[in-house]
Amino acid sequence: MRALMFGWEFPPHILGGLGTASYGLTRGMSAQKDMQITFVLPKPWGDEDQSFLRIIAANKVPVVWRDPNWDYLNQELAGRMSPDEYYRMRACIQEDNNHIGTNGIGSIEFSGRYPDNLQEEIRNYDAVAGVVSRALDFDIIHSHDWLTYPAGVHAKYVSGKPLVIHVHATDFDRSRGNVNPTVYSIEKAGMDHADHIITVSNKTRDTVIDQYHIDPAKVTTVHNAVEPLSPEIQAIQPHHNTKDKVVTFLGRITMQKGPEYFVEAAHKVLQKTKNVRFVMAGSGDMMEKMISMVAYKNIGDRFHFTGFLKGTEVYEILKSSDVYIMPSVSEPFGISPLEAMQVGVPTIVSKQSGCAEILSNAIKVDYWDIDAMANAIYSIITYPAMYNYLKVEGKKEVDGIVWENAAWKVRDIYDRVLGLK
Amino acid sequence: MRTICFYFQIHQPFRLKRYRFFDIGMDHYYYDDYANEEIIRRIAERCYLPANQTILQMIKETGGKFKVAFSISGIALEQLELYAPEVIDSFKELAQTGCVEFLAETFAHSLSSLEEDSDEFELQVKMHASKIQSLFGYKPTTFRNTELIYSDDIGRRVANMGFKGMITEGAKHVLGWKSPNYVYCCASNPRLKLLLKNYKLSDDITFRFSDWSWDQFPLTADKLINWISACPKEEDVFNLFMNYETFGELQSKETGIFEFLKAIPRMAEKADINFETPANLFSKKKPIDRIDVPYTISWADEERDTSAWLGNELQRSAFNILYSIREKVRLCTDRKILQDWYYLQTSDHFYYMSTKHFSDGAVHNHFSPYETPFEAFTNYMNVLSDFMIRVREKFPEGVDVEELNSLMKTIDAQGKIIAQLEQEKNDTTSTPSEAKAKKRKVECKAQKVTKERKSTAKKEKSTTSVPKSKKSIA
Repeated sequence: MRALMFGWEFPPHILGGLGTASYGLTRGMSAQKDMQITFVLPKPWGDEDQSFLRIIAANKVPVVWRDPNWDYLNQELAGRMSPDEYYRMRACIQEDNNHIGTNGIGSIEFSGRYPDNLQEEIRNYDAVAGVVSRALDFDIIHSHDWLTYPAGVHAKYVSGKPLVIHVHATDFDRSRGNVNPTVYSIEKAGMDHADHIITVSNKTRDTVIDQYHIDPAKVTTVHNAVEPLSPEIQAIQPHHNTKDKVVTFLGRITMQKGPEYFVEAAHKVLQKTKNVRFVMAGSGDMMEKMISMVAYKNIGDRFHFTGFLKGTEVYEILKSSDVYIMPSVSEPFGISPLEAMQVGVPTIVSKQSGCAEILSNAIKVDYWDIDAMANAIYSIITYPAMYNYLKVEGKKEVDGIVWENAAWKVRDIYDRVLGLK
Repeated sequence: MRTICFYFQIHQPFRLKRYRFFDIGMDHYYYDDYANEEIIRRIAERCYLPANQTILQMIKETGGKFKVAFSISGIALEQLELYAPEVIDSFKELAQTGCVEFLAETFAHSLSSLEEDSDEFELQVKMHASKIQSLFGYKPTTFRNTELIYSDDIGRRVANMGFKGMITEGAKHVLGWKSPNYVYCCASNPRLKLLLKNYKLSDDITFRFSDWSWDQFPLTADKLINWISACPKEEDVFNLFMNYETFGELQSKETGIFEFLKAIPRMAEKADINFETPANLFSKKKPIDRIDVPYTISWADEERDTSAWLGNELQRSAFNILYSIREKVRLCTDRKILQDWYYLQTSDHFYYMSTKHFSDGAVHNHFSPYETPFEAFTNYMNVLSDFMIRVREKFPEGVDVEELNSLMKTIDAQGKIIAQLEQEKNDTTSTPSEAKAKKRKVECKAQKVTKERKSTAKKEKSTTSVPKSKKSIA
């Protein structure tokens, strides 16, 4: 089975959960002996782990016919692609892409991020997909998240191979209901043209069916999983420098993540008990508002902001925490609570998070129910039995949620779409 | 002649209301009155009243040949008194027929029998017995522990309290090849006879009566009696123990459960089977063998052990913390504290914290007012925290229980002397001179006592306050 995947992010250079999920899933699928994955990325950095899949750099794929000299070509490819492959791709240019701004070797520059001209990048990625799908042999196309749906659809009509799209989030999650019509139309088109749709939770599946009017028979949920901890992460020593309990919120400080409910709950807990500190780690457009909210409530001495965290800092904070909380208003899945549970931190998640569907040993509350949230925080920091139970059983549970199982479900969908089952 | 022994269990807990941590120290009322009333009224109307009526009618029709036993927890009796007193009346009516036996159990339907080093268990059993006595004018002689929890050790304690027999679960892992259809006796005290639940037949009625997917569906009285008749001749006691809610609640009226019950005596008579209460069986029959139960059994779940209540760390911790304040609570005379003490011990609170249903059946889930065991634990612990604050406030801190006990005794004794002296003082109405002399004597004595009292009070004051009730005496 050969799969052509279109993605946008891949570790180690990730901006959100999409990269982590793409990596975990492909790695899990590589455990299947007959699985070959080719992963197209807008802008690989060259330090990605390619031991289990092949990465194609979209920003090196020629979309306009050019004939650069050998030295210049090698310099431009910078090791991301072999010249042989470049020539093979170049032979497959059949569309006129001259309207797109290209560089000296006929390729498009991608930022690989989420820039202001995102729409343009999505269209350009689509053009790359036309060339790639002509140049490569594969059995099935798999597109990760809405940015890559147009590319997947293009590849489907070029190659005649079935398309599976993977919905990691919808615009309804990101915007609390006020969807961007352009984004919606891209998502809707992708879903309409797809042969099958994979959603990361039943909650997302419901959104796809209700808001995008897709036939339920075409939509299957495959819950995300979590990668086992690497030895480097396991070796990180927590530094508990205070005698206080630490309650942590970790993520982008945006409307979607519900940071204000965390501040409200913190305020409630602090009215009753003092031996606790609250940490809001991350950055985002609501950070300033949160800082002023904390100041207004006069809990600044117990409430701390860390700003954006990089690399291992995330795990340093997690390991020094006594409670991890994710009060997201709408979370398609949310891998971070699973990561917290992996390092043995009792976790509270909102019922509006996809991961709540598969977790038993985490506390679930409605994101708006700050009383319940405060009560849960208080319970974990006050009653040792609660803390210990969630710590031990939570870790046990999450260690059993592995990508291999999710990968087999995806494989099952491939087989069904291809008529092998 | 074969005998069927029916025993019905009646229990409803005082469910706790949603109690957040910010209520701790502020709100001392813990119960969800709305839910409790709603549930007990519903069950009373659907089950207790029609079932009692049916049984009364059956007793009358058979001329007293149909006999049953009930075990009603003290907590359930209190709720019935509060919300459905007509059920109590209907039980009184049943009691008057003489064909109904009421069994003893722990007042709070508690797990106190698992608390080995205290007399909480014995105290609660006595309390329940006096409750039954006052309501039904009847002294129970047969014991039934919460959820049929039993072990050799519990058997010994029950025998020491003077009970003649006890009923428990016929757990497969205890019986092995033996049949539950005999009278047995306790291994640690052979004078205590045991009746074991025939869980196959009992569960056929309780759980499978209306189960369409069961290969024996539908269950009829005819069929049940035939099964009993088909057993080997020597097996003579068939113990059908179940929740009373089976009739009308677990199996609704529409399934025909009441008609099934009504038909049993008629079918039994044809097959020459009679009915008996546990107490009569214990006095008539000799035990066939003893049963060794070194590890505690119960009637819950597939495992038939105590893991439904004390299976995980949450449950064990809540249990241990609850009983850690027992000694102090027992020194209290405050009725509200004692009442809460009983209500909080009810086994159901621990049952709600069970995490077993994560993997197996949904039975735990079904009966819980909470969404998750974590919520159950948090709510219970919040309530318990408040309760503990109240208990601790009654006593000075840092004084251990033994010292406290002796101080309390001194204060009590002195209080009595003062009261007595004051009595004497008031009585002196004879000659003035005599009265004067007596008065002086009395005052002298009183002074002495007050002095003594003061020194004790000082000792207490050095830590904190004296219990209020005692102060008023002085």
